[in-house]
Amino acid sequence: MTARKWDKVATTVLYLISIFIIFVLAFLLLYILISGLPHVSWHFITGRSSSFEAGGGIGVQLFNSIYLLVLAMIISVPLSLGAGIYLSEYAPKNWVTSLIRNAIEVLSSLPSVVVGLFGFLVFSINFKFGFSILSGALALTVFNLPLLTRKVEDSLQAIHYTQREAGYALGLSRWETVIHVVVPAALPGIITGMILGMGRIFGEAAALIYTAGQSSPPLDFSNWNPMYIASPLNPMRSAETLAVHIWKINSEGIIPDATQVSAASSAVLVLFVLLLNLAARYVGNRLYGRLTGVKERK
Amino acid sequence: MQNYDSSDRYLKNLDDGNREIALTTDDLHVAYGTHEAIHGVSLGFERFKITALIGASGSGKSTYLRSLNRMNDNIAGTKVTGKIMYRGLDINGDNIDVYEMRKHIGMVFQQPNPFAKSIYENITFALKRHGEKRKDVLDEAVERTLKQAGLWKQVKDDLHQSALALSGGQQQRLCIARAIAMKPDILLLDEPASVLDPVSTATVEDTLMELKKDYTIIIVTHNMQQAGRISDYTAFFHLGDALEYDETRKIFTRPKIKATEDYVSGHFG
Repeated sequence: MTARKWDKVATTVLYLISIFIIFVLAFLLLYILISGLPHVSWHFITGRSSSFEAGGGIGVQLFNSIYLLVLAMIISVPLSLGAGIYLSEYAPKNWVTSLIRNAIEVLSSLPSVVVGLFGFLVFSINFKFGFSILSGALALTVFNLPLLTRKVEDSLQAIHYTQREAGYALGLSRWETVIHVVVPAALPGIITGMILGMGRIFGEAAALIYTAGQSSPPLDFSNWNPMYIASPLNPMRSAETLAVHIWKINSEGIIPDATQVSAASSAVLVLFVLLLNLAARYVGNRLYGRLTGVKERK
Repeated sequence: MQNYDSSDRYLKNLDDGNREIALTTDDLHVAYGTHEAIHGVSLGFERFKITALIGASGSGKSTYLRSLNRMNDNIAGTKVTGKIMYRGLDINGDNIDVYEMRKHIGMVFQQPNPFAKSIYENITFALKRHGEKRKDVLDEAVERTLKQAGLWKQVKDDLHQSALALSGGQQQRLCIARAIAMKPDILLLDEPASVLDPVSTATVEDTLMELKKDYTIIIVTHNMQQAGRISDYTAFFHLGDALEYDETRKIFTRPKIKATEDYVSGHFG
């Protein structure tokens, strides 16, 4: 065969593989949405879940998921930014930093159930945080931090060295150059990494079962004082998230409409992650535009 | 490569009291780890003139240039010894505020490297970081430097557009404008036209000829026609030594050193 023919064959094969992958993804997404969306209603999204009867909602679980997501991101975003900036811009090339990089690599592929058990032993038992949102958020941080750090470091590394030299040549310090030149230019990559991390956190169940717990206490949505025992914001209360809820009703649920509730919950989870992606992308682009004066992404 | 006797050299001493000297280096050595790239170069640069540094790849001319505003400080394992005298001060000393010094000795690089910011921000960003907040001063700096860099007419209506949307030649002129916005004494240029097309190159050269009224310019170039066109003095570098330093027309017409003669006539190597 000629080179031209081989090229055609290879192109066709690559196309077919791409179509296959898209087909699988689309099938999964559509399956979840089609089987779940008919059961989603305002009452379902905001209502309380029921233990025995049909017609329960996922209001509390959804709130818990969002609250945990926010807490986990509040802890992990600054840490990962700091660590990523250090590794990319300041760390000398020696065995210590290469050990840190390897550790991050290993940690980022740690199974989430191991993270969950680690969180259970360290945060719930040892630190006596019990089954709490705090334990959950810390476990999610352990789960998420390595990936975020890697992503921040990679995004910064992708910015060409000449950008830094440009800053230095204008009499700017390394810190000024990093904060005002390199980080803004790397922002789209950093934000993409954050979004992926958020999606991972939002859908995470195994790391939370043993840390945030599998149930929520009765909540008083009229009192938002975090110190109040029944406050939704109380970080020391246990919290069942949406993903844990799905796992739980599928494994031990005794409500008669378990199938529908789990399908609808899955649909809500997928939709939420999708919305999160779109929103974060929009915000990221706006932020990038504001910081860099670049109207359209190249 | 033909072996030339590196002890055979002619370095014109400009510091004879007849001219104003902007910068001198005294026995400057640069070493990357154990490899010494520059073996003790002593040159003086006259104020408000263009000095070209020429030589083959690996001759050390860029390394030498980058030492002058201590850009090599950022490269791990680099050691620069010797004196760099600027206004009676050895700026290669440990007690020098490098950031302050770089405001006086600006640099333009081989690759155009505008920030991923607007044209306006590219020029004003460093000024703002150094404490200039008055809008009229910043506006004036943008207009003045863009005019000096020969870019004002093309971009004056798009000042808030991204600098990345400019062509390569425009980006390089923006980088020159950005460098002179700091009002430096000395402008170092590291092959600023090597990635540009002939038209852009000509514009950048015109810009430099214009800038020489206000700035001392030291430019590294691979392009000998360019050195001949724009520079007043030329230094020829070979394997980490400056072998000949003289007025440009002498270097190109009656070089005193065999290596220089071979290089400028294209019989090198």
